[in-house]
Amino acid sequence: MNGQHFLNNAVLFVQSLRQAGLPVSQEQTMDFVQALTYIDIGDHQQFYFAARCMLLSNHEHLRLFDTIFNRFWDIMPAPHGQGQKAPRAPRHLPEQKPYLFTYMATRAQDSDPELEVVDKSGTFSPAEVLQAKDFSHMTSEELNAVKRLIQDMHWKASFRRTRRRVATPKGDMLHMRRVMASAVRYGGVPLRLSWQSRKIKPRPIVLLADISGSMEKYSRIMLQFLYSVSHSLNTVECFVFGTRLTRITPQLKIKNIDRAIEEAAHTVIDWSGGTRIGESLHLFNRRWSHRVLGRGAIVIIVSDGWERGDVNQLKNEMRYLQLRCHRLIWLNPLLGNNEYEPLVEGMAAALSYVDDFLPCHNLQSIEAFGKQLAQIDA
Amino acid sequence: MFDSVDETVSILHEHQYIADMGLGTCLFLALKMGKAVFLEGEPGVGKTELAKVLSQAFDTPLIRLQCYEGLDINHAVYEWNYPRQLLEIQTRQNRPNNHTGVTDDIFAEEFLLKRALLQAIDQSNEQAPVLLIDELDRADEEFESFLLELLSDFQITIPELGTIQARHRPIVIITSNRTREIHDALKRRCVYFWIDYPSPDKEITIVQLKVPGISQQLSQQIVSFIQQVREQDLYKAPGVAETLDWARALGYLNAQTLESHLIDATLGFILKYQDDVDKIRGSVADSLLEQTLKVS
Repeated sequence: MNGQHFLNNAVLFVQSLRQAGLPVSQEQTMDFVQALTYIDIGDHQQFYFAARCMLLSNHEHLRLFDTIFNRFWDIMPAPHGQGQKAPRAPRHLPEQKPYLFTYMATRAQDSDPELEVVDKSGTFSPAEVLQAKDFSHMTSEELNAVKRLIQDMHWKASFRRTRRRVATPKGDMLHMRRVMASAVRYGGVPLRLSWQSRKIKPRPIVLLADISGSMEKYSRIMLQFLYSVSHSLNTVECFVFGTRLTRITPQLKIKNIDRAIEEAAHTVIDWSGGTRIGESLHLFNRRWSHRVLGRGAIVIIVSDGWERGDVNQLKNEMRYLQLRCHRLIWLNPLLGNNEYEPLVEGMAAALSYVDDFLPCHNLQSIEAFGKQLAQIDA
Repeated sequence: MFDSVDETVSILHEHQYIADMGLGTCLFLALKMGKAVFLEGEPGVGKTELAKVLSQAFDTPLIRLQCYEGLDINHAVYEWNYPRQLLEIQTRQNRPNNHTGVTDDIFAEEFLLKRALLQAIDQSNEQAPVLLIDELDRADEEFESFLLELLSDFQITIPELGTIQARHRPIVIITSNRTREIHDALKRRCVYFWIDYPSPDKEITIVQLKVPGISQQLSQQIVSFIQQVREQDLYKAPGVAETLDWARALGYLNAQTLESHLIDATLGFILKYQDDVDKIRGSVADSLLEQTLKVS
């Protein structure tokens, strides 16, 4: 393989990394090409590591990188190598589950008695009704209206004092640099005092949302709400779970909330498996907690507490989680029902490690929660 | 400087640091191309150690900046020595001098306190120092963006004094434990490497090199046991640092071979969470030990 040919391949390789979605900058590519002049490119290992340390900047991407690397450099010589399969276009995705009416229609027989189907198309609730109506009873138009209402409301995020100091008119510590600078102007006498105090920043929020079964609607609304609180989701880390847990923070940055949840649902929901809160929290605690729980994070769990897995595990993981965050809030839509008592085994076990146990079934409760959130401070 | 990847690995070995091909390539290229090395990995896999070894290998000072939230220019780069400035002003007021005014030259270099980053690019440096920016994930975004600026041209501007440019670019090692994602822009400026737990062979070499007092058989057993513990579902798997601590501890106990009661007594050296200790202690530890003894 001559030099020019090899160089072309190197650049092609970078392109295939980019096509797979790995962020490789122009500068990195140049560095990679430069690096190739320093190493023995006949040495497979050296070549691999040079490519890896120059082009990869995130450990999460390592597996993808390795796959592409192997495929690219092994397949290059073969003239009829199989190209990468393009992702399936949306129209080829499996059909949505049929609606109940469709199902009934296909199963209906001539002999069945005719049913009066009530036309519900015009039953849009006015704003006041919307306030108190349970999300799970809403039509999709109403849900959209709620989303808009949430966006338009004025929310205050929860803040914390950081350790960084900034100059302020009043403060608890002298800003010596400014004091000296002004002293020079007054002949060496520090006449004018300047102050500094601790900078205030929004607290990071970690959302763990149950999207199995009926919980999905509530979780979507909650995400919408958090989006409005932090204006973007910059300080919000989002995870969704069913039988498993997955992180959707990166997806939310490029897609809208509904699409991100829909795609995540394919991986975390086992339609027959129910909800495994303990196992999902376990995964979160092991893999993610130390990366996202720093700096006084508030953790919000949205779930009805119907645990299908090991209740003891749920208990242990809740204890671990509570010790490592600033505030652990559990939102349970069932709490909206006055007669509800957290008697479900899972909920009862988790409850002793929860700082706030609140409802989230309608707009009023979301509003109340928003106020509560803003009051959490240093 | 090193001439090849192999030489890099072998010189590190001479200074008791066992690097694999990946780390060797990464380091060699970073030095060759004058780029910073960005190391990530679980705690206790030797990220910080690499910087120390490099400074020994090049016989050059190690300048260490431990990061924390709120780390600002005053603590990372420079600060004026305010008490000294005030004293100087008072002295001059009491003993007036026609040539110098009370506040002349009060922001001169003699009143400057040089912190780590300024020390690293100080023009009086005879040779390039090793600059270790440790646990960058603990610092905040503000510091990160400052660092991004510094790494691109290795110069610092002090408004009262002017711009200071490094004569010898320091060898920069940045480490992170990933308690927070570091911004991509910074990572892309650097040569990125994820240090994994070492392979069994490599770890045995490390133990024998660092803890020479124990028998070869014991060091093999220790490593084999530790490697199995890492595969368990734990909150915090033991790093190489824990392996070495444990090996030393077993050395002090005059252990010749790994035994159940020894493990039980010293489990705290490798596991740092009570939940993990509870999980491993007893039957799990015994079965891991059995596996270990079977292999060796």
